[in-house]
Amino acid sequence: MIQFAGIALILIGIYGLMTTKHMIKLIIALNVLELGANIFIISVGFVKNGLAPILTADVPSDLLNFVDPLPQAMVLTAIVIGFGATALGLAVARKVYGKYQTYDLSVIGGEE
Amino acid sequence: MKKFISFLLILVLAFFLMTSLNSSLDFFNPPNSLDETRMSNAFIHKNASGGSDPVEFGKSTGLEDGSANIVTSVVVDYRSFDTLGEITVLFISALGVGLLLGAGTGAKQRSGFILKTAAKLISPLMMVTGIFIFTHGHLTPGGGFPGGSMMATAFLLNYFGSGSISTDLKSLKWMESLAGVFYIVIGLIGLFVAGSFLQNYLPTGTVGHLFSAGIIPIIYVLVGLKVGSEVSGIIADFSKSEVTS
Amino acid sequence: MSMVLILEWVVGIALIGGAIACVTTENILAAIVRLSLLSMVAVVAFALMRAPDVALTEAVIGSGLVTFVFVVTVKELFAKEDKNEEVH
Repeated sequence: MIQFAGIALILIGIYGLMTTKHMIKLIIALNVLELGANIFIISVGFVKNGLAPILTADVPSDLLNFVDPLPQAMVLTAIVIGFGATALGLAVARKVYGKYQTYDLSVIGGEE
Repeated sequence: MKKFISFLLILVLAFFLMTSLNSSLDFFNPPNSLDETRMSNAFIHKNASGGSDPVEFGKSTGLEDGSANIVTSVVVDYRSFDTLGEITVLFISALGVGLLLGAGTGAKQRSGFILKTAAKLISPLMMVTGIFIFTHGHLTPGGGFPGGSMMATAFLLNYFGSGSISTDLKSLKWMESLAGVFYIVIGLIGLFVAGSFLQNYLPTGTVGHLFSAGIIPIIYVLVGLKVGSEVSGIIADFSKSEVTS
Repeated sequence: MSMVLILEWVVGIALIGGAIACVTTENILAAIVRLSLLSMVAVVAFALMRAPDVALTEAVIGSGLVTFVFVVTVKELFAKEDKNEEVH
């Protein structure tokens, strides 16, 4: 189910990117998309009745029941990078707001 | 009208994804065990050449990589070069935020008595928790990335409590730069001592002990300090800048 | 049906519903708070997928720091709203 929810979040994020022209909402939709991608990548490595990939005293020594650690390692760094990208996008948005006094891209482009 | 067309496009995309992924992924039935041919099996058995010897907590010694947390061993040992790239990306985005927002004085934040007192009590505890998380990154869940971010959150709470940024921002920049330089220096020592960049050249010890896993704890402490100072820098830039109109 | 399976369904439906509520709202502050709540639900999803490292990172960054940068960015918008000016 969570794998399904990950794909659904990606699609909802794309829908949000297509339907809004407000800069802050675009970045929010991008965050939803990123969250969905992270959940999907994690869920690919899931194993039924699996253990978290950490060796403890209770883990049997044949090590067959772990979930896949590689997607987790990738998502761990991707979340921090996502924060950096969000901060950079918001900094650009603030700069544009300082010039045009609005976050609405259709007003800035003179469409109305 | 635009929303309806977008909705239809999303439906088409969803149909395409579901039909194409349905053969390779089973949404409601995950597999019973990890595929033997996956690279992750080599990471779990701590033998990159593909052996399947058992690894026991507190007993196995002298392994290729002695970290009890397998995610940590992937992040800072097997894919350490990748992590170096990732923190460089974070550094560049922090630099971009600093350049775009510029230096401002910032408005003084007004905070109530409860927030002030609670921030004084809690933010040192959060700082210590963050340091604990990244020094024990090879044993327990966590590591440099969440630990550093938790330090930055303590910095943020301190800002809310005291109403202004009291930390010297220049020392943050120095900490960040020195952590990055030491990361590369440790990697270069690996190149000359063991033959490849960022190779684990220190003795790895017993799995599950605090002083084990070779260069992994050292690099994770450096990553934690670097991430913490970078994210604190981003927070300081955001809270200091005012929109010029 | 075991407890974990029920929890998985609840988390999955909460994720989808929260994402729809987050993307379709017109109010910016509501969208930001819903994104923060969505991150909190995603932490449970990561924990169910046996990824404690990722859950910890998402808890600190997704629902703490990201919310802060968004709220600071739209702060001026609300200062403008208080003066009853037109808001775009």
